Amino acid sequence: MSDLVRRTAADLADALAAGETTSVELTEAHLDRIAAVDGDVHAFLHVDREGALEQARASDERRAAGRPAGPLDGVPVAVKDVLATKGLPTTCGSKILEGWVPPYDATLVTRLREAGLPILGKTNMDEFAMGSSTEHSAYGPTHNPWDLDRIPGGSGGGSAAAVAAFEAPLAIGTDTGGSIRQPGAVTGTVGVKPTYGGVSRYGLVALANSLDQAGPVTRTVLDAALLHEVIGGHDPLDSTSVDQPVPPVVEAARQGAAGDMKGVRIGVVKELTGEGYQHGVQARFDESVQLLVDAGAEVVEVSCPSFVHALAAYYLILPSEASSNLAKFDAMRYGLRVYPEGVEDPSAEEVMRATRDAGFGDEVKRRIILGTYALSSGYYDAYYGQAQKVRTLIGRDFASAFESADVLVSPTAPTTAFKLGEKLDDPVAMYLNDIATIPANLAGVPGLSVPSGLADEDALPTGFQVLAPALADDRLYRVGAALEAALLDRWGGPLLDKAPALAEKETVR
Amino acid sequence: MTAAPALMSFEEALERFDPALGLEVHVELNTASKMFCGCATEFGAPPNTQVCPTCLGLPGAMPVVNGTAVESAIRIGLALNCSIAPWCRFARKNYFYPDMPKNFQTSQYDEPIAFDGWTEVEVDGEVFRIDIERAHMEEDTGKSLHVGTSGRIHGADYSLVDYNRAGIPLIEIVTRPIRGTGDKAPLVAKAYVAHLRELLLGLGVSDVRMEQGSLRCDVNLSLAPSGAGTLGTRTETKNVNSLRSVERAVRYEIGRQAARLVDGERVVQETRHWHEDTGITTAGREKSDAEDYRYFPEPDLVPVAPDEAWVERLRAELPEPLREHRARLQKEWGFSDLEMRDTVGAGALHLVEETIAAGASPAAARKWWLSDLARRANERGVDLADLGVSPTDVARVQQLVDEGKVNDKLARQVFDGVVAGEGTPDEVVASRGLAVVSDEGALSEAVDRAIEGNPDVAAKIRDGKVAAVGALIGAVMKEMRGQADAGRVRELILEKLT
Repeated sequence: MSDLVRRTAADLADALAAGETTSVELTEAHLDRIAAVDGDVHAFLHVDREGALEQARASDERRAAGRPAGPLDGVPVAVKDVLATKGLPTTCGSKILEGWVPPYDATLVTRLREAGLPILGKTNMDEFAMGSSTEHSAYGPTHNPWDLDRIPGGSGGGSAAAVAAFEAPLAIGTDTGGSIRQPGAVTGTVGVKPTYGGVSRYGLVALANSLDQAGPVTRTVLDAALLHEVIGGHDPLDSTSVDQPVPPVVEAARQGAAGDMKGVRIGVVKELTGEGYQHGVQARFDESVQLLVDAGAEVVEVSCPSFVHALAAYYLILPSEASSNLAKFDAMRYGLRVYPEGVEDPSAEEVMRATRDAGFGDEVKRRIILGTYALSSGYYDAYYGQAQKVRTLIGRDFASAFESADVLVSPTAPTTAFKLGEKLDDPVAMYLNDIATIPANLAGVPGLSVPSGLADEDALPTGFQVLAPALADDRLYRVGAALEAALLDRWGGPLLDKAPALAEKETVR
Repeated sequence: MTAAPALMSFEEALERFDPALGLEVHVELNTASKMFCGCATEFGAPPNTQVCPTCLGLPGAMPVVNGTAVESAIRIGLALNCSIAPWCRFARKNYFYPDMPKNFQTSQYDEPIAFDGWTEVEVDGEVFRIDIERAHMEEDTGKSLHVGTSGRIHGADYSLVDYNRAGIPLIEIVTRPIRGTGDKAPLVAKAYVAHLRELLLGLGVSDVRMEQGSLRCDVNLSLAPSGAGTLGTRTETKNVNSLRSVERAVRYEIGRQAARLVDGERVVQETRHWHEDTGITTAGREKSDAEDYRYFPEPDLVPVAPDEAWVERLRAELPEPLREHRARLQKEWGFSDLEMRDTVGAGALHLVEETIAAGASPAAARKWWLSDLARRANERGVDLADLGVSPTDVARVQQLVDEGKVNDKLARQVFDGVVAGEGTPDEVVASRGLAVVSDEGALSEAVDRAIEGNPDVAAKIRDGKVAAVGALIGAVMKEMRGQADAGRVRELILEKLT
């Protein structure tokens, strides 16, 4: 393994700026790492060696000409397979989109390209981002680099595992109910869900439009901030995108790393601790809060009583929107087409039915059925309508909590990574893994997960979640970076140094 | 297809039943770009050339509302005396169909941009008030072409879909039930659609070409026993796409439903297909298992919240109301009440207006549109506007007449050519050789021959009976095969004989 792949994106950017390395060299190093370990990890669904190297060469030329496109020009990135990439397959982890190559780039992808980040490939995910383990990918699960028999979280397990396994310094995830943050927690990496509308959704294949948000997946808080600045900001193609400048996240991350938390009020959410949280997860959380107090923060306990209804509301709103979003996959214009067996001259409807039956996995079908039911006439008010009311109440809980606290904190996920297959037959147990992350999506507020250590009982990573008011994403970075700095001091190095080394296969080029 | 159903005569049906009408009109706006993306909207472009990720429903693509379309919707609402919603949303109407790229239509459901309006139409001097329930914004679907003998999806060999139309902005204007029209129901329906067309033309928001589908009409009709004051079960006849057909479809449904009801059968609540050629409707989808479109607010769009100042500015800038507009035109043109009513009733107001604007006199414009051209439209079973003759053509023909280059008879032949698609009036004159003979020598010789051939008539004229000149003119015109200026012929004859 090249030492380059263990370095942070910020370090690599400095090295590029200082002329110590080239984009081609470090892009190749990551491609080699992918070739060496991804057979075991399976973080990638598609690797674009040629495309990435071409972009790296262009980056090196820009830099040689003294015109780098931005601070991260030349630092490679991996992109979750739910974002449209022109000329690169985009499957959303589903058979129904097998072979589809978008004719256009998502706005976020355009911004990555314009900022000069070579795209290494597309990362694995639960089918259409439905899941918390990446086991619902139609192309096989991703394995957690800390223990290959365990899940890497989901739906963005591919992006988190790619970063944790040093296959990419940076990755893009999307978070509808925790799909960036929960994988971050269980793989010992950093994940940020920006304020709803903070990053364009144009080209993000929607799971639940009113909840989805793309964001950075990295190994450090500063790297996340650097990537956030690249992808954030208003997009006229997304009506729900916020027409305001990106909050000063990089500055906040640097300020936080200096360690001064004086005057910052940290609100511990009563409803997101205690019962249901694994002992080691809770212990690392409590220690982290203490570290912030030691750095000068003030701690208050806040109550968000409506959060107990968040999961129920989420599982009505999400399937409702998803059932409608997924209707477009009908074999008429793109993607899989299956003709029904034994039917001569099938009608369009029969082809649609056969294709959707063959192309969607069980979890997707489960949610389409749920959503179709929830939106049906006569049930709409009782289900979708009520869920929207809960959503309003959760927003109010946040608003009142943010009156007494600048940020709210909780464990990111209630447990460490569970075993592959352990919860596959119990959808509700799987859903419960997102209990702490879902409220932020329902209210549209930003959230960050930063590694908080390893649980005593299983030596697996735990995550610390920070939530801030809408548009105050910079607060996440300030608090996240402060905690990260304190923990690095305590550990004497990055948490990922404690991860077992992955077996590297001979690289064949 | 099933055997033709029994029909009751229109007169008998109206004796026994009161009809209630409801009209749903879809108007394609003439915005330069589509409702939710920047694609062009030009009619007749090669299939699937005006498409993008958004209107093709590609994964990940998102809609953005066309501000001009919202403005047009508000102006239509204001012109129909509607309230304008200070805040409204788009909704998804979910159903599967191959020409719907997303398998949901982005439309408005319970929050239309305009609602609770009214307008008035006049039939035979009687004014009918039409209450408008709503006018809402939505996107058009793609266009399916079913290839095969049937022309419909059933029995087609294969189907083609053109998505150029997908995403074109539509305004759907829905009336409340229109009652109390009695035997004028077919005419009221037709007059309402003609009225809407004039109104939309005046606003400049749509091309309102019914034959191109930029104005499409669904006709709801129900019957209730005379004097009962109730509403019966309605049918919805889809895509009745000419003024003439609107009238015919209403008339047909009255006869059909009446026959069923007196036979003790019930009217099935269903959508029906209109058959332009045979003038009948046939059953389509039954609506009894009420389709569930699972409407919910479109989460990819933010609410539309037109600010009050904007709405008031649009209101102030509206063209004058149709009634005032008509009154002013009538005065300007010097039409009698009857002439004006006939012009409006024929759906010719705008055509006459444009013809006058193109240079014709009001009398000439009315004469052509309401006599010769109206007859042709009637013979062909099309609306005047769809005849293929433009106001400019009519003005040009009249100008040719005024200049003595063609006479009335030749002018009709010019229209034959224009209707047949042979080009502009000037092109038809050239290609058919229709110009009157202005060669004085040839004309003079023809006059001499006519005098020689009709010595008794010539004698009468010489004796001062000038009225007899018509017979000689007729002889000259016959010889010239009509291609002479009758006025000049008369002058020549009189010069020679008096």
